[in-house]
Amino acid sequence: MGEIWIPVVIFAVLGVLMGVLLAVASHVFAVKKDPRIDEVLSCLPGANCGGCGYAGCSALAEAIVRGEEKPDACVAGGEGTAEKIGAIMGVEAKSGRRMVAHVMCSGTRGCAKHRYDYEAITDCHSAEVLGGGDKFCAAGCIGLGSCVDKCAFGALSIVDGVARVDREKCRACGVCVAECPKKIIRLIPYDSQYFVQCVSPEKGKTVRLYCDAGCIGCHICEKNCPSGAISLSGGDIASIDPDKCVGCGICASKCPRKIIRTPE
Amino acid sequence: MSNIFLLMLTAILTENFIFSKFLGICPFLGVSEKPDTALGMGMAVTFVMTISSTVTYGVYHFLLAPFGLEYLQTIAFILIIASLVQFIEMFLRRFVPALYSALGIYLPLITTNCAVLGAALLNISEGYTFLESVLYGFSAALGFTLAIVLFAGVRERLKYADPPKAFVGFPLLLITAGLVAMAFSGFSGFSFS
Repeated sequence: MGEIWIPVVIFAVLGVLMGVLLAVASHVFAVKKDPRIDEVLSCLPGANCGGCGYAGCSALAEAIVRGEEKPDACVAGGEGTAEKIGAIMGVEAKSGRRMVAHVMCSGTRGCAKHRYDYEAITDCHSAEVLGGGDKFCAAGCIGLGSCVDKCAFGALSIVDGVARVDREKCRACGVCVAECPKKIIRLIPYDSQYFVQCVSPEKGKTVRLYCDAGCIGCHICEKNCPSGAISLSGGDIASIDPDKCVGCGICASKCPRKIIRTPE
Repeated sequence: MSNIFLLMLTAILTENFIFSKFLGICPFLGVSEKPDTALGMGMAVTFVMTISSTVTYGVYHFLLAPFGLEYLQTIAFILIIASLVQFIEMFLRRFVPALYSALGIYLPLITTNCAVLGAALLNISEGYTFLESVLYGFSAALGFTLAIVLFAGVRERLKYADPPKAFVGFPLLLITAGLVAMAFSGFSGFSFS
């Protein structure tokens, strides 16, 4: 009977020893952490999208507290984030204008002409390597969803062969903008009412051959705009200045290609 | 000297922990998505396994054996390894933050890794001396690292494969692991002696 006490005592002592060791170690080796890091972190969205350029939200929070980043460094936080972080850090900060990503392509399956059948890895970059994708148009959405995979907020989806952004879910982190091999995803102001959903710089004749929904540079929108918000940059692609646009919608009704769109 | 070399080579190749002893399969499948993270895991395991082999040798020979408590070695080793990993984590965070952030999440993950406990128990059952125990723990972990990094390389390519739907995910992963294990079993044909 007496034998049982030896292991019990040894293990109890061993357990207590280890416990004490860890308790002491946690005090001795304690790393002083700025309490503001946790406060800032709680203001950030926590999606770890990487839009700020840091590995994740906690890395950005540390950088903000160290003073390496401004309180408005989080691009995906939405309204109020910069103000809250500014209050913690004791500096004035204002959220920027709310932006959303938008895929500037109207070339859905029925509209855009394809020059070959792409049957390989479902990845836009791979298709891009093969002669710039299966569409004739060099500025057409490849539609294989590389941006969809990268979006941390689930705001992107492929609809009828073209990527589409859910404006409410989009936090404008810009990850998709960088990911798109065609560079046709743009950040536009959330409150912009009209935009030209095509960025093909080709001449009108070429665009007609490639796609039924491409800007042909006909100048009709430019001539009809009462506020002078529309200009044809480079001569062949219309763009609308959101600051000048009054939202009358005349351009959208006059556009012969029906590619001046409003947010859905 | 050749004896030691033989021991290490055996632990790394012919008796690879993952492919012939089937220890540490959980992290092997869990953190082998990218070669980078796999290497991080391998480093953490190497670090902990070497130290735990050292410490458990001492605990067994100077605490358990004198009192005839060999039958309690498993419990004692689990206790020692778990607290040791916690201690090392705290120590590294304070004094070697670079290594701490490199090992990151993997360090606490291997607290209950069966490969670490397996190395400690094998050291005892094989009757290794102190030096042999340390080297065995170290080289078994090197074998683990080799296996997990190789497998991560294979997995990176699998991502672009287009297997039948029923095989997507774990089924394909396990088949692949089996194939790599078969490749490793080729090493057991070598005679080192």
